[in-house]
Amino acid sequence: MNKIDFNHRQSAHCENGVAANIIKYNGIDITEPLVFGMGSGLFFVYIPFLRVNQAPAISYRPMPGSIFARTSKKLNVKIKRKRFKSIEKSFKALDENLEKGIPTGLQVGVYHLPYLPDEYRFHFNAHNILVYGKEGEDYLISDPTMETPSKISKNQLAKARFTKGVFAPKGHMYYPVSMPLEKDVNFEKAILSGVKKTTRDMLAPPYFVGVNGIEFVAKRILKWRKKEGAKRTNHYLMQIIRMQEEIGTGGGGFRFIYAAFLQQASEILNKPEWFEFSHELTAIGDQWRDFALQSARIAKNRNKEEDAYHEISATLSEIAKKERAFFKNLKKTL
Amino acid sequence: MKKEEIPQDKSSLEDKNIRELCYAVDENGEYTTGLSTGWKAKSIALDLTMQELNERIEKAKKAVYNNKKSPIYYFMLRSKMDISILASYIEKRRWIVKRHFKPRVFKRLKPETLQKYADIFEINVDQITNFNE
Repeated sequence: MNKIDFNHRQSAHCENGVAANIIKYNGIDITEPLVFGMGSGLFFVYIPFLRVNQAPAISYRPMPGSIFARTSKKLNVKIKRKRFKSIEKSFKALDENLEKGIPTGLQVGVYHLPYLPDEYRFHFNAHNILVYGKEGEDYLISDPTMETPSKISKNQLAKARFTKGVFAPKGHMYYPVSMPLEKDVNFEKAILSGVKKTTRDMLAPPYFVGVNGIEFVAKRILKWRKKEGAKRTNHYLMQIIRMQEEIGTGGGGFRFIYAAFLQQASEILNKPEWFEFSHELTAIGDQWRDFALQSARIAKNRNKEEDAYHEISATLSEIAKKERAFFKNLKKTL
Repeated sequence: MKKEEIPQDKSSLEDKNIRELCYAVDENGEYTTGLSTGWKAKSIALDLTMQELNERIEKAKKAVYNNKKSPIYYFMLRSKMDISILASYIEKRRWIVKRHFKPRVFKRLKPETLQKYADIFEINVDQITNFNE
């Protein structure tokens, strides 16, 4: 049947990926790091009163959807969003879009995607994929975190589009309805305001946000160890590592993507100093990787000695200190 | 991370032939991307999380056989759900779902309700009523 001539490009993260691919398809050449940077994707928040999977909630990114929303606003791309009560209507709307040749973004639940390994299928409802065609009753899917496009039955896709729980997608689909011409886009302004917001977010005063949040978690690790014991602390640490490395962050809790963004931005804005900043952030990202590896080793060896926890807490503290200096200096270049 | 340092460890991604994209720097210090088959730190985190989940499922199974919990509780855990997720699927309040975990209340559930649960867990009603896991 109908299939749109669509170029699948793999990305690290689903939201940046769908955004970059959908915008590029519609004529503006843009990369994943640029989408991520303009949309101020780098973030850190520790939400003590919210628990995910029996552990304190920690996120390395802002609310789902916000990166795409900010980037499209800055580029003056108008996005139409639709949600549905009826499954039939949601597929009718999707089919109509495909007939018209519009690659369409969908918000789906990860649990119902058959092409993922079992271990990755959790009840996380804010995953993003693109649909670019239909073959019989199967839909052609470009999941930006996958190497190649996939195919998925209508039945399976219906389950993924109507999962329940937090961030329930309710059939949420989206696609651009008006695009500016590439020459009319003010990339410089979009980049500068994106960076400005990130420096503001990372240096925000509340104790649980940005570098303060990182520092706070560093201290919390010791408190967990003391009050809740090694087993629970390890469980919390593993949750942190999964947030940092597993969920399509491109490694080091998005630090490497952001460093790539700073490099691309340094060329667009002709700011050679950002190239140096990029290297500095890469080094910090490497330290995040060390933190993950150290924590994983403790958890695996069931090491209960307090010294080991002091070590990872110190690593995280140092990261917080470096990032504080980094974002302060980055702010000065704006 | 340097491009040649992108980890190529064994992981569960292998079963589905998946490699994921990483950002890394090349020999000139410029950013590029590369594919990773997995990283041991991540595999450890994922394995331990799964292990813990499996322990809880095992415990739940025992509780069902000891008549301390209903099969609904067991299948909820096996579907990686918690009470809030299950409550939103079955479209009932959390405290009502929690009551269904009691064997005494479970025995009086209507066939329609049981069917709804079975559909959510993607199993036959039989597997719930004649618990034999």
